Amino acid sequence: MNAIDLKNLDIAYGDTKVVFDVNLSIPEGESFALVGESGSGKSTILRAIAGLAPDWTGDISVMGGARSHHVDRNVSRKVQMVFQDPYGSLHPRKTIDAALSEPLAIHGLGNRGERVEAMLTAVGLDQRFRFRFPHQLSGGQRQRVAIARALMLEPKVMLLDEPTSALDVSVQAEILNLLKRLRREQGLTFLLVTHNLPVVSFLCDRLAVMRHGRIVEVADVAQLKSADLKEPYSRELLAATEGG
Amino acid sequence: MTAPLLSVQNLRVSFPTHTGRVEVVKGLSFTLGRERLGIVGESGSGKSMTGRSILKLIRKPGEVTADKLEFDGIDILSQSEKQMRAIRGARISMVMQDPKFSLNPVMTVGEQIAEALVTHQKLPRRDVQARIIEMLHAVRINDPERVAKLYPHEVSGGMGQRIMIAMMLIPEPELLIADEPTSALDVSVQAQVLDIIDELVRNKGMGLILISHDLNLVSRYCDRILVMNAGQVVEECAAGQLENAQHPYTKGLLAAMPVINETRDELPVLDRTQWAGT
Repeated sequence: MNAIDLKNLDIAYGDTKVVFDVNLSIPEGESFALVGESGSGKSTILRAIAGLAPDWTGDISVMGGARSHHVDRNVSRKVQMVFQDPYGSLHPRKTIDAALSEPLAIHGLGNRGERVEAMLTAVGLDQRFRFRFPHQLSGGQRQRVAIARALMLEPKVMLLDEPTSALDVSVQAEILNLLKRLRREQGLTFLLVTHNLPVVSFLCDRLAVMRHGRIVEVADVAQLKSADLKEPYSRELLAATEGG
Repeated sequence: MTAPLLSVQNLRVSFPTHTGRVEVVKGLSFTLGRERLGIVGESGSGKSMTGRSILKLIRKPGEVTADKLEFDGIDILSQSEKQMRAIRGARISMVMQDPKFSLNPVMTVGEQIAEALVTHQKLPRRDVQARIIEMLHAVRINDPERVAKLYPHEVSGGMGQRIMIAMMLIPEPELLIADEPTSALDVSVQAQVLDIIDELVRNKGMGLILISHDLNLVSRYCDRILVMNAGQVVEECAAGQLENAQHPYTKGLLAAMPVINETRDELPVLDRTQWAGT
């Protein structure tokens, strides 16, 4: 079964169409990356899957079930998203405990205290952080909380929108290790958006290069590592990363 | 080598907190000739504060002390605000991180660049216009006459940063401080912007201080690198010698970065307990 299936997907914000005719199948358990420059529509695809960009046509299905255009609890149980900026994605007046319990309350799940404790341990945060507020945490700790919140509903698919680009290099390494470990332990499927190709090389199995709202190339990470990308634009991106 | 352009000895910057003054830069010393110096470090290492204190941009209650902070024979710390204004922009200028927040939203690009020039030199209006167009050309903006009439919200991030650079270089300063000039930009545009800075700095024989958290980037564009951690320089080396870095912090930073040809299953993580602080 495919974790995510996108067929003839077009996405618009109002009158402006930003993603054109995207077809993509991501098998369960795979880690897939979308790369491209700002404005290429890669984050928009994640937002459409998560239900944050409802103005789309085509088909989106998640774990075999078609996604509706509305907020959909069944889909939320299966797919969760982690955002780029851990300074902006946590509610400043809610404690970590409240932030992590909220998805459980919405979905009517019990055992909240235990689940929160277990999740804090899973993402490598000490229990003493449980009743703190986001401003008392560093950027890396906040991103751990954001990942923990996404995992509270035990989803199968994680949508990661530049999860480390707001972090320092050493903290980025910690978060990347964490993501890799969680994926192994919980058998997650990742759909990662980034413009950092080394991160793709570390964390992903396949990647798609996007430009102007279209996918120009889908490649294996092995191809990326051996610089064997077909499209001139993909090579350009690779060259910019490696530097002249 | 002739007398250095900038010499800094025992620079300290501190801010008051509830529990007493906290030093964010702890006794930094370096000299800079007409060369390209990179300052690398993580958030909170004091690298930006170092850049700002050279321009005397740290306001109260922050406090800057140094045994020596001399730019071309001028003692920066004893300069009045009025004297500093003659130095800022004209002789030392600074490119900030994000063009979105550093450009004036209600002035056209041309007016802003003109302001930077006219503040320091009296020039006939026609010459000012010619210099602006020439400068925009130098930062590789294709259609300078049109771009000069645009407002900042009408240009892209990369173009905005090139406009910032044009503005900072038009008074022909002797020292340019670039504080994370490309971290708000796309990877593909980053190289372009740095190439432009690099070319202009070389051609005009200016000094450059490039402040960044990206070790590779700095090693590509600088001659010499200072690695900072918790307000102190932990390592100084020539850019080409970065792979042979000695200090565990520098080594840790280098190892923590994933590479394009990644084979490691897990990235090594810095053991922060080794260096108290941040």
